[in-house]
Amino acid sequence: MRIRGMRFRVGGPRLEARAERSRAMVYLTPLVAAGLTVMAGAVLFAALGHDPLRALYVFFVAPLTTTFGLSELFVKATPLVLCATGLAVGFRGNVWNIGAEGQLILGAIFAGGLALWAGEAFTDGGGPWLLPGMMVMGILGGMAWAAIPALLRTRFNANEILVSLMLTYVAGFLLGYLVHGPWRDPMGFNFPESALFGDAALLPALVSGTRLHIGALFALAAVAGAWVLLMRSFIGFQIKVVGLAPRAGGYAGFSGARVVWLGLLCGGGLSGLAGMVEVAGPIGQLHTQISPGYGFTAIIVAFLGRLHPLGILLAGLFMALTYLGGDTLQIELGLPRAVTGLFQGMVLFFLLASDVLIHHRVRWSRPPVTASVAPRGETA
Amino acid sequence: MRTLIRSGGPVLSRRSLAAGAAAGTLLAASGLSADRARAADPLKVGFVYVGPVGDYGWSYQHDQGRLALEADLGDAISTTYVESVPEGADAERVVAQLASGGHGLIFATSFGFMNATLKVAKSFPDVVFEHCTGYKRADNVATYAARFYEGRYVIGVIAGLMTKTNVIGYVGAVPIPEVVRGINAFTQGLRSVNPEATVKVIWVNSWYDPGKEREAAETLVAQGADVLSQHTDSPAPVQVAAEKGLYAFGQATDMSAFGPEAHLTAIVDDWRGYYIERTRAVLDGTWTSGDTWGGLASGMVAISDYNTALPDTVVAAAEAARTGIETGTLHPLAGPLTDQAGTERVAEGEAPDDGALLSMDWFVEGVQGQAPR
Amino acid sequence: MDALAHGDWIIGLGALLVAMIRAATPLALAAIGELVAEKSGVLNLGVEGMMLVGAVAAFATMVASGSLPLAVLAAMLAAMLMALLFGVLTLTLMANQVATGLALTIFGVGLSAFIGKGFIGIPIDGLAPLSVPGLTDIPLLGPVLFGQDVLVYASLALTLAVSLVLYRTRAGLIIRAVGENHAAAHAIGYPVIGIRYLCVLFGGAMAGLAGAYLSLVYTPMWVETMTSGRGWIALALVVFATWKPGRVLLGAYLFGGVTIIQFHAQGAGLAVSPHVLSMLPYLATILVLVLISRDSVKIRLNAPACLGKVFRSET
Repeated sequence: MRIRGMRFRVGGPRLEARAERSRAMVYLTPLVAAGLTVMAGAVLFAALGHDPLRALYVFFVAPLTTTFGLSELFVKATPLVLCATGLAVGFRGNVWNIGAEGQLILGAIFAGGLALWAGEAFTDGGGPWLLPGMMVMGILGGMAWAAIPALLRTRFNANEILVSLMLTYVAGFLLGYLVHGPWRDPMGFNFPESALFGDAALLPALVSGTRLHIGALFALAAVAGAWVLLMRSFIGFQIKVVGLAPRAGGYAGFSGARVVWLGLLCGGGLSGLAGMVEVAGPIGQLHTQISPGYGFTAIIVAFLGRLHPLGILLAGLFMALTYLGGDTLQIELGLPRAVTGLFQGMVLFFLLASDVLIHHRVRWSRPPVTASVAPRGETA
Repeated sequence: MRTLIRSGGPVLSRRSLAAGAAAGTLLAASGLSADRARAADPLKVGFVYVGPVGDYGWSYQHDQGRLALEADLGDAISTTYVESVPEGADAERVVAQLASGGHGLIFATSFGFMNATLKVAKSFPDVVFEHCTGYKRADNVATYAARFYEGRYVIGVIAGLMTKTNVIGYVGAVPIPEVVRGINAFTQGLRSVNPEATVKVIWVNSWYDPGKEREAAETLVAQGADVLSQHTDSPAPVQVAAEKGLYAFGQATDMSAFGPEAHLTAIVDDWRGYYIERTRAVLDGTWTSGDTWGGLASGMVAISDYNTALPDTVVAAAEAARTGIETGTLHPLAGPLTDQAGTERVAEGEAPDDGALLSMDWFVEGVQGQAPR
Repeated sequence: MDALAHGDWIIGLGALLVAMIRAATPLALAAIGELVAEKSGVLNLGVEGMMLVGAVAAFATMVASGSLPLAVLAAMLAAMLMALLFGVLTLTLMANQVATGLALTIFGVGLSAFIGKGFIGIPIDGLAPLSVPGLTDIPLLGPVLFGQDVLVYASLALTLAVSLVLYRTRAGLIIRAVGENHAAAHAIGYPVIGIRYLCVLFGGAMAGLAGAYLSLVYTPMWVETMTSGRGWIALALVVFATWKPGRVLLGAYLFGGVTIIQFHAQGAGLAVSPHVLSMLPYLATILVLVLISRDSVKIRLNAPACLGKVFRSET
């Protein structure tokens, strides 16, 4: 095997590292990605026999032109931003929680359980304490589920990727068990869903006539809180140090175990809150499918937002838009879901790839012969 | 209810007509009825699917209904579908988007869309909604479902006459009343001709996972089943039966291509007639809300072609059961019905009413395996 | 169990083992490929998407050509193209691996559904298991050892080969060096990026093979999203195996085995909620991982230190 003999860059375009990351490019790369998306989208939609401009308009702009579309955008982005913000805390510290989906489900179960109990225990279905109570329960539920990988990682060294992922499936079956069995609606002909929550257990609307509810504010608060924690506090600094170089963190007296716990509990807590927001907001009951994979999509959102709370907010809104746009493409142009998935993937590729320009510039020359510069291995 | 207005809300944009539809055909089509002539636009009919059209099962069959509707009513309508719509928060948005986008008639084809459809219907009183397999209705929300259990009784009869081991394997998706009812009807049909036979049930906890369906089917075969039935969407159990030289029944569509020797017949979901009838009613202005629970007699449930290998006596028995059900002389779940514990649930000479059928959550005697929950 | 009552429990056990091995094979194939990619330091979360594209490519080729070998080859090539896409994005353009992998899955689900539109409801002649006269009929061992399909044996051979290459050859040493410390490997003069490309492509080829196993052998058909999350399980199995090839196979058999056993328990009428029984494979995997992870030093030695980290070189 003669790997040594391989040469990849012979000439032509070449990436050259910048001495410093380009501030301008931080803001310009989304435009580069947008340009590439328009070009690729034009080819794709034209090949499918559709007017490319119209298709792009339908995907990216049409959902934003109505109050309905805008409110739905925020409704869709809320759980994504909540989960992604919590996950980012862990990801910065190299804690690989990929079970936000399960933690979301547990949050929904805990919060929904309280709502169902209150609906039966009180004639008025519970008072103003119920929603805050459900929030606390949701956060606790998510945290409890995330505490399992944290405990197994810190005590038994079990990798959190596997534990958190496997627990996601377990959470789904637990929810299935509850709504098929003990928690199903007694008046619901034995279908697998709980009773509808009472009014006291439903998040009030922000804009009447829409589904936009105050859960969206929770997401904003989480973003603000994470910004303080990660960017302005000593804990945030510790997380970053441990994430970049665990040994250095150890020398500095920062405990790796603490970062594991913090990362997982933040991710679990906010994912659990997202679960509460979904069942107390747009869904209003428990049934077998309360999340179409928000916990997984949130991982993309977290990295698309470069693990920065404000970036995550934008990324969450953008990601939500691609789902709304996908539906609109199906409805307006009759394109199958397959095409919207294809296109969604392409858009993400462009966004992720154009980040390279922040750290690199493109040169169109042969590499210099005296190439022996010291290599630099960096974390993402 | 004649309050049908073609463009209920702000019309964002009109679904472009196929290139071939020249202005002439458009005019001709709009002349179909006086009512249509006034409205320049064709009626937009929206479909919301829970799975991908390519599942070759539940959503696929609904889409077959949509295509038949397009073929039948031509330019008087245009159809839209949204596939793989999750049953959570997204359902309401999609239904609302269809309603506000000028759809006059919307079919929501999964139980999980029930509350979302009801909510949207309240905001769009001029749009007509049809919800599949639910039980909540409104002035502009009708429900429809098929009595698949009638068909399952018929294939139960066939299974009872074809089994040699007297063990029938049944791959179930999730333990909801619809599936339980089907298992019970199947078992009643089975034991009407073969009281010794029993049904083993394995739940795969998924409507649609070929690999798991295969594993469940293989397990049932290993435990002695020589005829397989399924209430999941993929042809995997039919393939298992074909491999092992056993028998199986197709589900939702005719799956004989996946095991020509093994496939005895299939219970086919046929929504075409209903979709055409209801859409015509909307076009004529005669649509009213209500509940349709069609069975073999209405054609909503169909028994596909019998395997030519079936002995004539078996076909005759199956046809007798089918005729009995169609004419109403035979109720697939007529008493006496006893549950697994031996308690009588339905007395002799009686039959469960639709409410009891709808909420059935217990197994009849002769079914092995975990009762639902 | 009824099998016992019939007195032919050996046949029952044999069937259980055969079913377990076949259920595990697509998981093992995909996981072995991902393991090599991860050993070189690349975390590709797009296994599910690559598997789906492999599955549909295999099926479409089979329908068009009728040739099983060609179909398998097409699956591997198609999934390698997906892997190449991933490589270009993460290795050349240095995009984040986790997010790119997830996006690759979204893309793969869409692409496979798009390609597969015309292939729904079409039957093919799948790959049948071996039948060696005399040997396959031996009770218990016969079907397990001599009654499998070619790809099952291939999964065993490939696991062995990967294990040998990684730990017994210079190429394996280089791969592990690149995954362990890419800066040092680069300083010695190894083309880090090139090696990672090869490993990612190998991962793609194996995911394609796993997809082909599903659409040609296990359930010969094409339906959308037919992998049903097996790519995710494969990813988890690499972690479960603590990056050791032999353990990947064990993990796959454990997972497949518990799945089959819980079905057997259901069929035998065990009075436990099917939802609870369905949790068992996942809980069992966690439990065993905890048991084998207690030796922290060993785990740390196996996990590639540069996993998921971007390599930037200045050359």
